[in-house]
Amino acid sequence: MADDVFKALADPTRRRILDELTDRNGQTLFEICGRLVTRHGLGLSRQAVSQHLAVLEAAGLVATRREGRYKFHDLNTRPLEHIVTRWLGPQTPRTPESTP
Amino acid sequence: MRINLTSVFVDDQEKALRFYTDVLGFAKKHDVPLGGEDRWLTVVSPEDPDGTELLLEPNKHPAVKPYTTALVEDGIPATAFAVDDVRAEFARLSKLGVRFTQEPAEMGPVTTAVLDDTCGNLIQIMHSS
Repeated sequence: MADDVFKALADPTRRRILDELTDRNGQTLFEICGRLVTRHGLGLSRQAVSQHLAVLEAAGLVATRREGRYKFHDLNTRPLEHIVTRWLGPQTPRTPESTP
Repeated sequence: MRINLTSVFVDDQEKALRFYTDVLGFAKKHDVPLGGEDRWLTVVSPEDPDGTELLLEPNKHPAVKPYTTALVEDGIPATAFAVDDVRAEFARLSKLGVRFTQEPAEMGPVTTAVLDDTCGNLIQIMHSS
């Protein structure tokens, strides 16, 4: 699971998708494609965006939900918590120069 | 050349006429019986009664339902209409019980939202930002 998260986050387009879902949760594929084009100049095909969403879903970062005839995509930040607890737990030593 | 007529496929023409007139605010233009229960049924904007007509076309062809179902699942609108203020229309139509699959969002030079016409289609409304 952790490897899937890192693979999913390694791609800039997928990070943009997560940015936009942070802005508003529960988007259709159409809205995600529109946001990528108009806000980030990323003119990907719907198939390409679908494939990116599939990678994010496999990593647990995006969950899809069917409501009647529609399909919505929701952000799930839980897999990111593992990253925080792995390296940024309370026992993490702090070096003076990295302390703000 | 100019666009004189465009169409959306609807699952029930009478229900579609009510939605497009009573809820969205268009006006009926032509209503011609075609034999059987089908009608040549068009609506226009009351602001432009001689402008582009929208045909509310029966969805009986076998290719139509898979097509419209797949578009709706991915949130893709069948067509788009211009409004003065997307946020104001979103508020007005939401109060009337209209379901939106996309709330108002700025998409570059336009503000858009997407609603369900209850007859099988999603419709985008937009204004220039």
